[in-house]
Amino acid sequence: MNDLAIKVEGVSKVYRIGLRDQAGDSIGKAAIDFVKSPVKNYRKYRSLYRFTREELSDAYAGDDILWALRDVSFDVAQGDVIGIIGVNGAGKSTLLKVISRITPPTAGRITIRGRVSSLLEVGTGFHPELTGRENVYLNGTILGMRKAEVDRKFDEIVDFAAITKFLDTPVKRYSMGMRVRLAFAVAAHLEPEILIIDEVLAVGDAEFQKKCLSKMEDVGKEGRTVLFVSHNMAAITRLCQRGILLSAGQLVMDGEAHEIVSAYLTHGLGTAAAREWPDTADAPGDDVVRLRAVRAIDEQGEVTEGPDIRKPVGLQIEYDVLRAGEIIMPYFSLNNDEGVMLFSTIDQDMRWHSTPRPVGRYVSTAWIPGNLLSEGMVYVTAAMRTPVRKHRRFYVGDAIAFNVVDRMEGDSARGTWAGRLIGAVRPKLEWATVYDAENEAPRG
Amino acid sequence: MAEMTQSENVTVISAERGWTLFDFAELRAYRDLFYFLVWRDIKVLYAQTVLGFAWAILNPAVQIVVFSVIFGRVANVGTDGVPYVLFSTVAIIPWTYMSDSMTAASQSLVAGKQMLGKIYFPRILYPLTPILAKLVDFGISLVIVVIVMVYYQVVPTWNLLLLPLLILVMMLVPTGIGMWLAALAIRYRDIRFAMTYVIKLLIYSAPILYTASSIPENIRFWYSLNPIVAVIEGFRASLLGGEIPWEFIVPGLVTSVIVFLSGAAYFRRMERVFVDVI
Repeated sequence: MNDLAIKVEGVSKVYRIGLRDQAGDSIGKAAIDFVKSPVKNYRKYRSLYRFTREELSDAYAGDDILWALRDVSFDVAQGDVIGIIGVNGAGKSTLLKVISRITPPTAGRITIRGRVSSLLEVGTGFHPELTGRENVYLNGTILGMRKAEVDRKFDEIVDFAAITKFLDTPVKRYSMGMRVRLAFAVAAHLEPEILIIDEVLAVGDAEFQKKCLSKMEDVGKEGRTVLFVSHNMAAITRLCQRGILLSAGQLVMDGEAHEIVSAYLTHGLGTAAAREWPDTADAPGDDVVRLRAVRAIDEQGEVTEGPDIRKPVGLQIEYDVLRAGEIIMPYFSLNNDEGVMLFSTIDQDMRWHSTPRPVGRYVSTAWIPGNLLSEGMVYVTAAMRTPVRKHRRFYVGDAIAFNVVDRMEGDSARGTWAGRLIGAVRPKLEWATVYDAENEAPRG
Repeated sequence: MAEMTQSENVTVISAERGWTLFDFAELRAYRDLFYFLVWRDIKVLYAQTVLGFAWAILNPAVQIVVFSVIFGRVANVGTDGVPYVLFSTVAIIPWTYMSDSMTAASQSLVAGKQMLGKIYFPRILYPLTPILAKLVDFGISLVIVVIVMVYYQVVPTWNLLLLPLLILVMMLVPTGIGMWLAALAIRYRDIRFAMTYVIKLLIYSAPILYTASSIPENIRFWYSLNPIVAVIEGFRASLLGGEIPWEFIVPGLVTSVIVFLSGAAYFRRMERVFVDVI
């Protein structure tokens, strides 16, 4: 076991959460509170990081203590690429913060072999007044590089970010996209033994995200140890071998990445743009048809978590027909995150609409045109209907979800309007305005 | 830890805090970052100004003029025979450095809290950065000292050899106080409000606008414990000649070392909780 990179032993992290102050209910009481408040404040700020033995014991029942991590232990071998999965608040980010030494554990011990660099947010330490060149050096050293290393990789970084022309321009004059590209380029050229990444893939345009993902794959192949936190389940399954599932600060599962991802998804702990049921035995369905996968895809057929509002989105359902001779109809219904049903749709392919199906694998895709969905989360329910009323072969509520994004480039239904634009759908309509100069508006 | 082979690259993170004042090996590993942080502070300070580094001269120069008029002419404060402009110049230049770097160091953590929560590097670099960065302003403002000394035809004496030691004390004091206040300010934002007038009052705690000899004999020992007194009196003797005031320099040196070490210890003790109390 000489090749351990990280050993986490019984790590806990406790925070004190603010409880509402008891407000005085009379002027006299309020005045006394006011006079006493410095002492009370002092105690309060001190108690933020001091915990009594009693408070840390299992028996403690107070609700002012939050266990962000509770007795987490695991080993990471050198070269492991590990995805850390969990709902918001499960302790993923706290775990990374403890490992990257930003915050100390309340109990437990972590031993790390090798240099650690963390990308908890790209562009940390960028200074708007400094030029691109200067920020590459500053940011590079903040992320743990030596100056000589930055020197060596400087040209590569600038190429990757594609900002050669603006190298000596202050970063404050950069567009948001350029800033993000430069920041990620610096981060992507780090060569630590251990790399910690939190949700960085959420930034940039689609093309750039692709570039980042392939860079991440390279990092993994180079034998570097990577800890990766993301809500992008597709990226986790693709990039990581191993997964760790956290829930309420505790490590609940540790194993192969795809197993962890599917466990996470099937237990309804989260929703991704693609969901698969590799094992026919526990897939939704019956002896006629079994569900294999539901996906949201773009025009290239790639799974998309954040489709462009202007582009079509394909809802894809993959299923195995196990017994011939039945008529089945794949069906989707879409809800937004306020729970409003946007619409439902049923198989329109006339070849199959009323034809009993032979045994085999099927993939049906329903295309939602561009410029129809509104911005934000869309939850897709997938079901398999039959001609019998109210009879379904399977029904998976909120099987997948994706986040429709308007990139504000002026040619969506928004035009150049950047304010609120409410509504369950957002079609791009033909608008025409006629100005009648002859016809003066009535006065008065 | 049997399965971990020991190597220089092993880091252990645990709930206990360490006892060493400084982790020199770690500081060494981060020296390039330290360099760039200092350089950023210098570069950014006068960004988008027309006068640029001329401000490093203009600020103390205006102070010298104002003090010379008010205290030298109007109030007619005694200076043991030294022209008031000369008297105040050699004091205001080191004082400006000390007050600027002390203020910046004490606010360094609060100002950098964005970064504090996202990335790890030795926390001590936050207060140390302005201590070094402000030296550039200090160096530039020495031009005023040279001009004033040439104008009054002051001939440097061997006392000038003492200057490096005095500059060291001049840096040690704001470093020590800066570490104390930075660690306190991150938890108690009161520090920021207090700093604005404490600095203004502190100028009267040392013989910047008046002479040390005007302090009554019986309290002079207590007075000498203020390390700012050592710096100011030392600068005067070093630049203008005359007897070296060891009775101020020695106690000041001792207290400045105490302030520095205690500041480092307190900072070290508290640095682990900074992120949790932001």
